[in-house]
Amino acid sequence: MRVELVDIHKHFGAVRANDGVSVTLEPGVVCGLLGENGAGKTTLMKCLSGYQTPDGGMILVDGKPVSFTSPAEAIRHGIGMLHQDPLDFPQMRVLDNFLLAFDRRLIPDRRRGQALLQELGTRFQFDLDPDAEVASLTIGERQQLEILRLLALGARVIILDEPTTGISAPQKAQLFATLRRLTEEEGRSVVFVSHKLEEVEELCHQVTVLRHGQVTGEAEMPCPVDRLVEMMFGRSLPPAESVPVEPGQAALEVEGLTVPSYLLTVEDVNLQVRAGEVIGLAGLEGSGQRLFLRACAGLERVTAGHVWVGEQNLTGASYRRFLESGVAYLPAGRLEEGLVAGLTLTEHFALGERKGPFFINWAAAGEQAAERIHHFNIVGRPDTMVEALSGGNQQRAMLALLPPKLKVLLMEHPTRGLDIESANWIWRQLLARREEGGDGGDDGRTPVRYIPSTAILFISADLDEILERADRVVVFFGGHMSAPLEARSTTVEQLGYLIAGKEVAE
Amino acid sequence: MKTTSRLANILLTLAPVPLALLFTTLVLLIVGGSPLEAYRNILYGAFESPQKIADVVTACVPLILCGVGMSVTFTAGLWNVGVEGQIILGAILATWVARNVLWPQVPVLALMVVAGMLGGALWGAVAALLKIYGKVHEIFGGLGLNYAAQGLAIWLIFNPWKRAEGATMQGTDPFPDPAWMPQLGKLRVAPLAVVLVLAAMIVVYFLLRGTRWGLELKAMGKNFRSAFVLGVPSTPRMLTAFAACGALAGLAGAIRCSAVYGRLIPEISGGLGYLSLLVALLSGYRPQWVPLIALFFAALGVGSPRLELNMHLDSSIGGVIEASVVLAVMLVSGWRALMKRNRVFSKRSGKNTGFSPEEEVA
Repeated sequence: MRVELVDIHKHFGAVRANDGVSVTLEPGVVCGLLGENGAGKTTLMKCLSGYQTPDGGMILVDGKPVSFTSPAEAIRHGIGMLHQDPLDFPQMRVLDNFLLAFDRRLIPDRRRGQALLQELGTRFQFDLDPDAEVASLTIGERQQLEILRLLALGARVIILDEPTTGISAPQKAQLFATLRRLTEEEGRSVVFVSHKLEEVEELCHQVTVLRHGQVTGEAEMPCPVDRLVEMMFGRSLPPAESVPVEPGQAALEVEGLTVPSYLLTVEDVNLQVRAGEVIGLAGLEGSGQRLFLRACAGLERVTAGHVWVGEQNLTGASYRRFLESGVAYLPAGRLEEGLVAGLTLTEHFALGERKGPFFINWAAAGEQAAERIHHFNIVGRPDTMVEALSGGNQQRAMLALLPPKLKVLLMEHPTRGLDIESANWIWRQLLARREEGGDGGDDGRTPVRYIPSTAILFISADLDEILERADRVVVFFGGHMSAPLEARSTTVEQLGYLIAGKEVAE
Repeated sequence: MKTTSRLANILLTLAPVPLALLFTTLVLLIVGGSPLEAYRNILYGAFESPQKIADVVTACVPLILCGVGMSVTFTAGLWNVGVEGQIILGAILATWVARNVLWPQVPVLALMVVAGMLGGALWGAVAALLKIYGKVHEIFGGLGLNYAAQGLAIWLIFNPWKRAEGATMQGTDPFPDPAWMPQLGKLRVAPLAVVLVLAAMIVVYFLLRGTRWGLELKAMGKNFRSAFVLGVPSTPRMLTAFAACGALAGLAGAIRCSAVYGRLIPEISGGLGYLSLLVALLSGYRPQWVPLIALFFAALGVGSPRLELNMHLDSSIGGVIEASVVLAVMLVSGWRALMKRNRVFSKRSGKNTGFSPEEEVA
């Protein structure tokens, strides 16, 4: 079966997630789909597997145009997707999960299902106990179950979205052997969505690279790594001039920090950040940078190591103790964990005054809100509900909510979704905060003789932003943090290598 | 544009009324009664004499207290279904005071009110503690505590507090005179209870609208995670929200045994806790709407026995009306939410399955 994606367009508001993407999937081939975060890989695959309907373009199966409005329709055409988080029912048994897929009669034939499960399992040497509860399986085993389910449904094209996250090395080897068998021996096609270059090199017959919603390159494997890196990240402009502040005392010290999570464990991170320093955290989403950042705010459980803020050892302390010690955390999900939809800007600012009086003077609060709205250039009124603001204005509102004197400022994607003008403005505000009394300064000219006060750590998917704004950069890959790099002497290409889990080429 | 949408808004808000009337009319036609006569009977039954009006007011008191209390917990996004038990605990503590404190009327009544509020607050706090430290969902904790409170009341009535002539479902011995709330002349309504209700309404309204506490509860209710990240101390807020609601329910319990029955009876709450849950739901968690809705329920409760007397219909038809109004309101608000979501969906074409698009440029 040959599947062609022709000129696929998919827009979300003003963002073009897919902007005219064409890819052909030949039978018997593992096609790697490469690209950085937000490049449009997942959107394209969701269009192909029926989770989303493209705004424009065509999907051809063996030359015939098809259109899907649900994953069930896609699988009827032989296209199935394996998601990053397995879509199964953890409370149910393996066999029940398997049966749910294809036996839709009132009373499913369990014996036939079990026989099929066993037959498929033996074929691929997956050792799955049909009576085990799915919740007791490892991620790798749940993936195996999903693959068998898709095969039982007759999938000819199997899409795997970042399948190697959270599985063990032997499971990975087994997965790759299975994928080779499915393509080379059985003539199915596999789409392998990944950002790990080594795995792509090992497994794929050809690759397609996406960037900003467009195809930036196609290659037959093997292909030199630097060409792949270049197609993924592009050539960058030389880093812009930034004025570093002479760093002060240690603001944040992390020693041997281990942060476990369901998918990935951040292990043995050591980092010292001084007041006035800006640290950029690079890495593809889910590489551990967010876990680390949240652990520095007391929002994640830490199993080993220490976190010092200034002079205080805050290891294992509550989030509120971190807040009281001058740590602030700016999450990426603006309406998920940053702002409260249904509350006005005034109410937010009043809420932000944690030490404010018990009785709120709403007239005064409204005036103060109006002032801050003016100061932070927010397009909105004091009584505007935050969900009615545009993304950029929500971001400004979140910045306006930060308390004035901070020791450590932790941010996820501070300028995501903003135009260059707004991003520059926000960075001027942020960099001004590095110094005592530097809160404000619309002109962006930072006064010279100020005492460094705030350390800034931020996550960004935009490598140019990281190199431009940070003093030092650390890269996360698979839960490990690289040694800090000086931003001034680092290039986008070098970061690209580290992000994809390769050593920096000399 | 704007006026039409406002008009549509008003029409939609009122839509449940004809919908519910239509349904009850249908039910009445099926059981063979004249709908118009039935509605007239209910109205007369509730308001024809000063005594009837007094009965309606008395029936309103616990509904308003609990409804206003639940607007506190609902604001914080919490389902306090333990109101029933909180009423009973308030009644039990007030009864203890009435039986054991032999003072003049004013201090005894004051102490009963305080004890009732304390009892309810305590029971509410237990539900909160179970939720916070035991990870027991407040709905299950509340239901369990309701049964525990009911059991405690029955045990007290049949054992330590049984009547001199023997234990009975009629309850304890009547309170000594000072523990009775004075009535308005010959009418079965206690002015003090009405004053307490008004005070509770005003206090809760200002607590929710004008204080940090109210603002923090509101933020928690609308988005718990954001509120937490913004630094709202969620544990103490949850505890105080439950305790505040429980205190008002306990007050209702104290008033029930002091002003209505003059003793503790097993049915002291009589399902009022669940009825007030409906009152709070219908009010959209705004305390200022609670009295009007409570009045409606109270009038139905007082007026519908007339159906049996005059029309030989079962008075449970009152319950049918209550239920159909509640369902109609829920249905209309569900439709409105659906319409709103569809508008959002058609605006952002096909956003689904958790993919979060980058927001549009500022």
